Amino acid sequence: MSGLAVSELAVSHGAIVALRGISFSVQVGQLAAVIGSNGAGKTTLLRALSGLNKASSGSAQWNEREILGARPDALVRSGISHVSEGKSVIPELSVRENLVLGGIWRGDKSDTNAAIAEVVELFPILGQRMSQSADTLSGGERQMLAIGRALVSRPKLMLLDEPSLGLAPIVIEQIFATIDQLRRKLGLTVVLVEQNAMSALEIADIGVIINLGEVVASGTASELIDDPALRAAYLGY
Amino acid sequence: MQKLLETLLIGVSTGSIYALMSLALVLVWRSTRVVNFAQAGQAMLSTYFGYEIASRSEIFWLGLAAAIIAGALVGAGVDFFFMRVLFKRAISGPAAVVAPVIATLGLLGLIRSIVGLTWGGEFKSIQAPASKDGLTIGQTTIPFSALNILIIATVSLILITLAIIFQRTNLGLSLRASAYAPEIAQLAGIRTARTRTIGWAIAGGVGAVAGMLVTSYNFLSPYSLDLLLVFGFIAAVIGGLESMVGSVIGALVLGIGLTFILNYVGTSLVFIGGFVVLIVVLLVKPDGIMARGKARRA
Amino acid sequence: MRKKIILFILLGWLLLVIGDRVDELRVYQGAQIAMYTIALASIVLLTGYSGQVSLGNGAMMAVGGYAAALTLNNLGSPVWFAFLMAIFFSALFGALLGTAAARLSGPYLAGTTLALAVGLPAIANQFSFLGGEPGIFFDVGLPPQRLGQEFTQYKWFFWIATLIALLALFITSNILQSRFGRTWRAIRSNPLATELSGIHSSQMKILAFTISSALAGLAGAVLAMTISLVAPGAYTLTLSFALVTGAVLAGVSSLPGVVLGALILVAIPEIADALANRLGGGENVSSYLPGLIVSILLILSVIFTPNGPGENLHRHHRKKA
Ligand SMILES: Nc1ncnc2c1ncn2[C@@H]1O[C@H](COP(=O)(O)OP(=O)(O)OP(=O)(O)O)[C@@H](O)[C@H]1O
Ligand SMILES: [Mg+2]
Repeated sequence: MSGLAVSELAVSHGAIVALRGISFSVQVGQLAAVIGSNGAGKTTLLRALSGLNKASSGSAQWNEREILGARPDALVRSGISHVSEGKSVIPELSVRENLVLGGIWRGDKSDTNAAIAEVVELFPILGQRMSQSADTLSGGERQMLAIGRALVSRPKLMLLDEPSLGLAPIVIEQIFATIDQLRRKLGLTVVLVEQNAMSALEIADIGVIINLGEVVASGTASELIDDPALRAAYLGY
Repeated sequence: MQKLLETLLIGVSTGSIYALMSLALVLVWRSTRVVNFAQAGQAMLSTYFGYEIASRSEIFWLGLAAAIIAGALVGAGVDFFFMRVLFKRAISGPAAVVAPVIATLGLLGLIRSIVGLTWGGEFKSIQAPASKDGLTIGQTTIPFSALNILIIATVSLILITLAIIFQRTNLGLSLRASAYAPEIAQLAGIRTARTRTIGWAIAGGVGAVAGMLVTSYNFLSPYSLDLLLVFGFIAAVIGGLESMVGSVIGALVLGIGLTFILNYVGTSLVFIGGFVVLIVVLLVKPDGIMARGKARRA
Repeated sequence: MRKKIILFILLGWLLLVIGDRVDELRVYQGAQIAMYTIALASIVLLTGYSGQVSLGNGAMMAVGGYAAALTLNNLGSPVWFAFLMAIFFSALFGALLGTAAARLSGPYLAGTTLALAVGLPAIANQFSFLGGEPGIFFDVGLPPQRLGQEFTQYKWFFWIATLIALLALFITSNILQSRFGRTWRAIRSNPLATELSGIHSSQMKILAFTISSALAGLAGAVLAMTISLVAPGAYTLTLSFALVTGAVLAGVSSLPGVVLGALILVAIPEIADALANRLGGGENVSSYLPGLIVSILLILSVIFTPNGPGENLHRHHRKKA
């Protein structure tokens, strides 16, 4: 199957078992929302998929190629971009440098510039901040920059870890709208980790609910939204 | 007045050599979080290679080129074969604070012994590329020589080259990103381990130049670069360890300060002078002169 | 406590008996081992317990050495008083240094102490009463008559050094087992938590520096005794590095380990010499082989047993418990 297929993925941090056999799959072009409360293992899941955390067992395939065990930079080369938790920008670098960083591995300066221009089109505010240090950006701008940097890598699969963290509702809405727009325009496959369950499921095709390192429910986004038991237990309304 | 000027000029010349060593230390510190005491050993070994080439060809610059290449290779080798092994074994417990320091001290000793066993302990000298005689301006001769000018010029050239590499090239961006935030750099597709090794190679090359320049007006022995290491390190600490610009400024401050002590106070107090300059700077700014206020971080 | 006293007395008696059976060279080396033991204890206390890295213990030793020699020569005081003054002045020096050091961390502290190690001994060249490069004599005198004709000068050094080392170790071990020792360890492993629980970590750090420096100064005076001299050349950067090396080989946080560390520091040049003779190498081999062996040992120990040879044993114990 083309797309992302995760099966029986388990990850431990030393003695702490964070993921105990997670399985789900996402087809190319789909957006999967991964939902769960604090400490459920969402971040660990994304970090395992991008090579930052070592899996103890299981498999994860992207377009039928095993990705577990590969180094993060190698996975970027096969089209996987991870925007890690908490606005992953480098504050010591300028906004432009943060963006350029995403394109270095391809070694094509003009294409990197084109990609940066596309990002600026998407987030015009970044265009006005180019030579500023990333340190001076607001929280929302940083999140845009982090996503922008990932886009400059021209990914096929994007892993987003709580892009809404610490942002005002209006900015969250903006970011979610952009994510939705992006994947339609670029045909991106997206795994979106969120605590903001409703907003995430609204733009998602499928949803995966995890709790204490296990999948407790999965299905199409609308199924999950309509399931009253799930709503009460995990979606919080 | 004339003495003041002389002191200043000599101070800049001395400080510029310290700058190279302190830059090498800062480069490594930023990428690896290790104060690399072996830098003196690496520079020494490279300078011996430079010495071999320079004395055979009788061309200093050929020797310098050889030393730079040797320095880069040794630097890369130390990171690849030594640091990677060391960091694979995450060290915990009481030794954790000293382990990296000790490891590089051990390496310094290792390189020193190997050099000693190979070349022996006697002093070697390299024909300087310019005259060491003081310049004569009008009627007076000052202790500032053509060699001093050449040293300052060489160091400036290297500093400019480094500035261009770090600020204007993708390699420089990768080096900085890997040093500041290795994880994010890796997620951006940078091969951080390889980048770090390149950083060590650059540091090795820069340290080798410092070794060759010191040797051009002194001599070379298995111990001859220890003071360079100490003063380079002090300069780096004055500069705040994180900042390359800071390390250069720190080196100039130290070079000028020490030359003043040498010319106005006394020869034997030069060594303690390093301590005094350091303490004064650190008491005023405990994180070095380039420390900014805590950066705004989300 | 009483058990410990008896143990130390027994140990002392044993050492003195051994001292009677071996030749001059070994007796001299015995005194050196005692000297290194004290110096390494100073590093264990500072680094292993309070977590501060110092590359400048050679400088602290110099303070002690000069204090002892100046006291003895200028006041004509008894020898024990000279050693006491060595402790006093180096402790004072350590307190001053510690006050500055408490504000510094990691590499900044390493840099400062390194600068001191290089700079301090050279001061002697500046002031004539310090004797310049050749240094000043430090003569503790001949062994007392009643010890007999056979009793050599070196054996006398050995007796004094051993006595001092045993006393120093005894006191240090009591300090480390006291409230102070526990607090240092707590600060080292979790600085923030200790600060929050109301302990003034900077005062504790200064105290560590003071005691550590006192020990180093005492070692410096013992060193001066064995070579009958204080001079800048005796307290080099190489000495400071050797001490850190010995401390790591001993396991930085193990007080009994320091004896082993001291033994290694003294034994290695000897072993290297024997090896050099066997290999038939020239002067190069004999001057650089010891360094080679020490460095290789050091590197291997940092990689495999960074917390000292006792570490693996301890870990074993803990698992069982
Ligand atoms: N480096 C680590 N070492 C030890 N335990 C860890 C580590 N990282 C995560 N954990 C633990 O693993 C579990 C899952 O953590 P994870 O960060 O994946 O949760 P999360 O779902 O992302 O939570 P949040 O919504 O708060 O970000 C938690 O119990 C956490 O404490
Ligand atoms: Mg998380």
